[in-house]
Formats: sequence, structure tokens, C-alpha cells
Amino acid sequence: SPARELTQNPLQKTWEPYNNGLPAGHSAQRGVCMTNCPTLIVMVGLPARGKTYISKKLTRYLNWIGVPTKEFNVGQYRRDLVKKYKSFEFFLPDNEEGLKIRKQCALAALNDVRQYLSEENGHVAVFDATNTTRERRETIYKFGEENGYKTFFVESVCVDPEVIAANIVQVKLGSPDYVDCSNDEATEDFMKRIECYKNSYETLDETLDKDLSYIKIMDVGRSYLVNRVMDHIQSRIVYYLMNIHVTPRSIYLCRHGESELNLKGRIGGDPGLSVRGKEFAKSLAQFINEQNIKDLKVWTSQMKRTIQTAEALGVPYEQWKVLNEIDAGVCEEMTYEEIQENYPLEFALRDQDKYRYRYPKGESYEDLVQRLEPVIMELERQENVLVICHQAVMRCLLAYFLDKPAEQLPYLKCPLHTVLKLTPVAYG
Amino acid sequence: AWASYMTNSPTLIVMIGLPARGKTYVSKKLTRYLNWIGVPTKVFNLGVYRREAVKSYKSYDFFRHDNKEAMEIRKRCALVALEDVKAYLLEECGQIAVRFSALNVVLHLGTSELPRAFGVFFVESVCDDPEVIAANILEVKVSSPDYPERNRENVMDDFLKRIECYKVTYQPLDPDAYDKDLSFIKVINVGQRFLVNRVQDYIQSKIVYYLMNIHVQPRTIYLCRHGESEYNLVGKIGGDSGLSPRGKQFAQALKKFIEEQEIVDLKVWTSQLKRTIQTAESLGVTYEQWKILNEIDAGVCEEMTYAEIEAKYPDEFALRDQEKYLYRYPGGESYQDLVQRLEPVIMELERQGNVLVISHQAVMRCLLAYFLDKSADELPYLRCPLHTMLKLTPVAYGCKVETITLNVEAVDTHRDKPSLNSNNLPASQTPVRMRRNSFTPRASADTVKRPRHYSVGSKPLEALGPFPSLE
Repeated sequence: SPARELTQNPLQKTWEPYNNGLPAGHSAQRGVCMTNCPTLIVMVGLPARGKTYISKKLTRYLNWIGVPTKEFNVGQYRRDLVKKYKSFEFFLPDNEEGLKIRKQCALAALNDVRQYLSEENGHVAVFDATNTTRERRETIYKFGEENGYKTFFVESVCVDPEVIAANIVQVKLGSPDYVDCSNDEATEDFMKRIECYKNSYETLDETLDKDLSYIKIMDVGRSYLVNRVMDHIQSRIVYYLMNIHVTPRSIYLCRHGESELNLKGRIGGDPGLSVRGKEFAKSLAQFINEQNIKDLKVWTSQMKRTIQTAEALGVPYEQWKVLNEIDAGVCEEMTYEEIQENYPLEFALRDQDKYRYRYPKGESYEDLVQRLEPVIMELERQENVLVICHQAVMRCLLAYFLDKPAEQLPYLKCPLHTVLKLTPVAYG
Repeated sequence: AWASYMTNSPTLIVMIGLPARGKTYVSKKLTRYLNWIGVPTKVFNLGVYRREAVKSYKSYDFFRHDNKEAMEIRKRCALVALEDVKAYLLEECGQIAVRFSALNVVLHLGTSELPRAFGVFFVESVCDDPEVIAANILEVKVSSPDYPERNRENVMDDFLKRIECYKVTYQPLDPDAYDKDLSFIKVINVGQRFLVNRVQDYIQSKIVYYLMNIHVQPRTIYLCRHGESEYNLVGKIGGDSGLSPRGKQFAQALKKFIEEQEIVDLKVWTSQLKRTIQTAESLGVTYEQWKILNEIDAGVCEEMTYAEIEAKYPDEFALRDQEKYLYRYPGGESYQDLVQRLEPVIMELERQGNVLVISHQAVMRCLLAYFLDKSADELPYLRCPLHTMLKLTPVAYGCKVETITLNVEAVDTHRDKPSLNSNNLPASQTPVRMRRNSFTPRASADTVKRPRHYSVGSKPLEALGPFPSLE
């Protein structure tokens, strides 16, 4: 039988086979990672061990790299059901009423997980609850098996009282549960809440749980135990979890100073800074000095305009080719008017779906996200960093930190001569 | 030396474990990977030093812990090796030394004696599955220089006794107490489980990720290019042309070949350029398109013939022949850029089983260089002709490669490195600017050379003088 004809998707410029004028199956686009069956990530750990922090961060990362992910916080289900939180007594192991409600909430959450993964095209669901008993974990594992999901456990173990106290201050005192309490009352109640779980806590065990897939995170990332990683997505999750940290720090994002082509309204190219751009570079140097940032790393792209900007700072900097501006292919160095005149169809297509639109012989925002992933990974590893980059690049990085979806990403405001200072706080 | 400017100090990786736990296998593989991504790495194998010192190996008695004379020899070997390691990391500007030893003497030499300038990372391989151990012994020990004439059973027997000698003094890394401040990864049962402790920096993080993705299941990797394309026929590089008639013939021949091989669960990967996809379409199986498998971007030279490039950009043309690995097309890419872009492909190839990758000449050269441990100098000249399949099978410490021509004629797109003629060098040329991860901006007003942070593996530019060696 003859090979099928190929047609090029006008938006993404990808070649797809077709039969009788309709797209045919058989080929798949390699996004960043392909998941064959949905994955259920199950958090495990005592309260105030960072489970929700990890859930939210992981969800944000997976969505950014293009894996549809959603988190399901059982505590939230409980708050929706039991309108007013009274005290830690709700969590006492012999509180029949409490146990009944908590089980109900867990099942409701699992039901929503099933709907997300099996009916709504979700790829990954993060089930955020203590899940501290083997029995509870078995129930969830069976649920995963019945529905054809791969289950991966993420346990956070921490005994350092300072870390736990800091967690309580960061995220528990402001919780809806404690809206009417003083800080001291809230802390006292929460410590008793943790005690309720301790007696029945069964940590993931090297022998008893040897057939499960999991990562055990100890002391906020000092060490990790990783067991039976099954596939690509689990491997990526493990890598990500091993690179994140909670040390306070700030990330500064800005664009290069105004360039000669900016002045002419032309996109792309490799121009140098305009007069005002050079002034910005000097102002940036002054700003950075005043901020007195400890051990600041400075990163630029390999395009002249970001490097010239960094040069004005008088500090060491590192050049990353992957921070280069989006490649506009045949439209490089044109003005938007010229593009509209010479490539009216392209111009229209771009406005239709700016995230997926790929310039002819160039890139799309979607391509940019894939190429920026190592930058994000290294930003997670680092502490204080200033990234001097470009408009499209900065939008992608910002979307990661602020959890903006693909539809909004290409329209995020990143004006010239503006620095965005990002500081992690609570869950965001 | 320039090392003091580095954000990342050199790293010493120390392999730990009883014999036949895969230390040499992991050392060599890790070294191959690190060198490929541009981090100069070298293996220092204590067994080699020992074989130098003790010309003929008699039996496992040498390894008994109560054999004082032998212990002295082994300690001396360790010290000599350590000296060589220091020389490599400090004087030869190596980045990583992978040193392996089953001796716990190494740990006593310990981190206190190693200069502070090194990061030390331990990789321990622990295995309690007797089948795995037996398989290791058969695969690599039977043909070791230690056992030139023995028959299999004797070898197995002697080697198992050797292992027993080590077991007496073996102290595995203990993360909960004694070794809790060390940076290490413990690989348990060939990757079923890992314990990771105190990863300090970027390179250790990458090493951990790599070790967690490799496996030892037998499998085969098939590499080939797209069928001959319309542009190939007219000698144009790059672009996005379709297959020529002979290219389509090749696609059919490829289909037949794949069917005959009867490969279990074969994955097929292509780039997002039409010619690889058309080739895959003929196979009639599911395939996956990767943008990062696209051919090297020739920038302003896209869709030109070499003759046209030489006429229009003679300086660029000459530069490329001088230093083909590092040379970046204006507005395009270099082989070095290609390697960076292909790293996720390599990582996923390590995870996978049987895979057929239909790609392009430069891309295939990069992938092949990884599997066959070819240097940056050799990489851009590796032979990857059209209509030829390379079948790679992991074996012992390396990779067996079979070349299979599918008997469909095609043009030859290979260019050998021309012999250097000073007439070819552009007149205004000072030494070729190494474009690695940084370059000296021409417009810089400041003449004072500032210290720069380099990505691991890159060296600072010398303003004058020969280019630094790539090895």
C-alpha cells in the first residue's frame, strides 16, 4: 500500500498524514513527554511536612511543560463539607464521626480524580492528603489499578522541629481553619493535630513497600529514597523533586535594554542597545547594587543586547543559548506591518492561537517552553538569580512562576526597562 | 589557573562496591555521557594500576585482607592513582575524575586528604541478587586480563572467592550515621532502588538523573537517516524537502528490513521535517515526531549548496573546515549546540528498549558519537551515509555496531576534513573565536578581562594563542 500523503498544519507547521482529506492517526507529536496511561501521584506524610507545597509546585511544573495536571486537596474537601473547623479533636483517632467524614472526603476526591483522568483528558492527578496508613494507601492503589492508572507515592519525612514550626507559621496560621484564632492558639491546636496522626503513621518501608513506586524525601531534600521508577513521567517528577529547595531567595527577571531594532519596530535579529538601552543598563547596575543581593548569579542569552546589558553590571555572568529570543523564522527583522503585508495568513494565524503558532522556519511559544525547561530546572536549583532575557522568553519564565496557562502566556506584560522581582511565599 | 574562576569546582567521583557490581560498567558509561555533553571526564581504574604493579595475577589469594604484602601493594596503587587524579583535575583542567575501587582504604584516605577544591561524590553499587552477579561475572570477568587461560568454571569460582575476600572488610555507605555528611548515590539492585544523599551542585544532580535512567536490559538501537531527499539530489543543505524517488524506494526497503528483524515493541522516532516523516510513514507503524531531532540549522546558509556557500561566504566556509565541531552557522547552530539540544533524546534512549531513530546526517553523527564514545574532533566526520542503517547493541562495556546497507542507491553527502592550506585562512584572522557558552563581546568598552562564570566544561577564551584542546 502506498505511503500516506502528508499535509503541513498551517498553525504549527507540523507534518501530518491524512487520508481522504482527514487527519489520520499513527503519528504522535512528542510534546515534552508522553504519558501512555494516566498517573496518580499520592502524597504521604504527617501534617506540616510540605505535602501541599510539593503538590502545588509539582502541578505547576507539569502543567507548564505541557502535561495536564490537577491537584486534589482532601483538606479542602473537608472544609467544604464541615463548614466550621472547631478543634484538633476532629482528628482524634477514636472520633467516629470525624473518621466517617474524612473517609467520605477522600472518596469524593478520588471520584473527582477519576473524572479528571478518565473523562476530562487529564494526564496526572496529585492526591494531596496525609495517607499515613498502609491501609489507606492500599485502597488508593487498588483504585488506581481498577482505573488503569499508574500510582506513584511521594512521601515527605521531616523531624526537624524548626522546619515544622516554620511551615506552621508560613501556611497554617493563615488557613481558613484558624481564621478566628490567635497565632498561639492556632499553633497549639495544630501541634495537637499532628499528634493525632503520629501513632498510626506507617512510613513507606523498604521491605513492606518494595513493590510500590515512590520517592521518599527526607529533611526537605537532604536525602531521597527512590524505588521502582516506572516510566518517563515518573523519572521527570523525581528529577524535579530532587532539584527544588525551600531556601529563601529572589529571582529577578528583566529584558535587555531597548535595542536599535526595538526603536524601528522590528522583531528579532541581533542588534545592539540604543542610547536609552545603555542608560537602562546603567540604571540596572545601580539598582542591583542597591539591592545588596547575596551571591547573585546573572544569566543572559547569547544575543548581543542582553550581553551588553549585563556588561554594564560589572559582575560575572553566564550566557545561555537557550535564553535566546523566539526565532521568528522568515519574519526575522520585519515590522508587524511588513509581516501583515507579506504574510497575511501567517499574521492572522498567529492571532488565532499565539501559543501554538510557529513562525515559518521558526519557533512557537510552545517550542520555547520546551527549550527553556533546563533554565527552569537550574533556576530551581539556584538561589538569587537575575535573568536578562527577551520578551517571549520572559513571558514563558513568568508563566511558570505565576502559574499562568498557555492561553494567557503570550499576552503577559513584560515591558522594556522593567524588572520583575519574584519571591517565593507560602504556596506561590 | 583558570579553575579558580569556575563556579563549579572539579569533581571526583568515587565508585564503591564489591566486585561484579557493575562499577566499571557505570564508570565507563558515565564517563562517556559526561564527555559527550562537554564535561571533560576521565576514568582512573585501580584494577589497571594493580595489574601494572603485579604483572601476573595468580589467584584470589592476592585479595585476602590478611595478605599484608598484597595490601601494601594495593595501598600504594591507590596513592599513585590519587596523584594522577590530582594532576588531571588541577593541571590538565579535567572536570571530573571517576575513580573506582573496592577498597575501603579510599574512604580512609578520605575527604580530609583531598584538597578542598574538589567536590567528592560517591557512587555505590549494592547488589544482593545472585543471578545478576553471576551474569556480570560471565559477561565481563571471564574475558578479563586477569583470567587469560582459565576456563569458565575456574574463573567463576576464583572470582566468587575474590568477592568473599572483600566482603570481610566491606563497609557500605551508611546514610543514617557515619556517612550522613557525604554526597552520594547508592544504586541498589541495578537501579531498582536509589538512595541519594546531599547532592551539592548541578553536575552531581545531572549524574544522579543519568544513573537513574540507565538500565541493563538487552535491547537494540537502530539509527538511520531519512531516505534521499529532493535537496540531497541537487546538493542543497537543510530546508524541508520531500523524498526523491530513490528515497521512497529506501523507505520501502526499510519497511521490509524492519519486518524481517522481528523486533519486539519497537519504538520509531522521527524529526519534524518532512523527509524523516515520509520515511517513517512507509513503515506503517506508529511513530513519534521530535522537533529536537531536526537537522542542524544552517542559518543563513540554509538551502544553499556547498559551492554556493563557498562563493557567497568564503570566510565562513573556511572557518567551518577549521573547527567543524564548534563552528556555528551565522543565525544557525553548531554541532556543539546540536549535542546540547539532543541530550533529552539520549536520556530517553537510555530509558527505552528497542528504538529506531530516523534522523539526519549531523544529528545521527551526534547520537553515534555518544554510543561509540567518539571525541568532538571525530564527531563531525563520522560516516553516516544515506540508505544505511546502523544497528547498535550494548555489549560488555561498550556498544557493538553493525552497518547494514539497504541496497538503494543514493548521493554521497559526506565531506571529509580538507587538509589545511594557509591560503584558505581568511586574511584578517586572529585565532578562531571559540564560541562555547560565552564569547568576548566585540563592542565591550572595558579592556580589563573580568572573571566569567562558565558552564561546566567551558574554558575561558585566551585572547591570543592556540585554541584549548578539546579533550
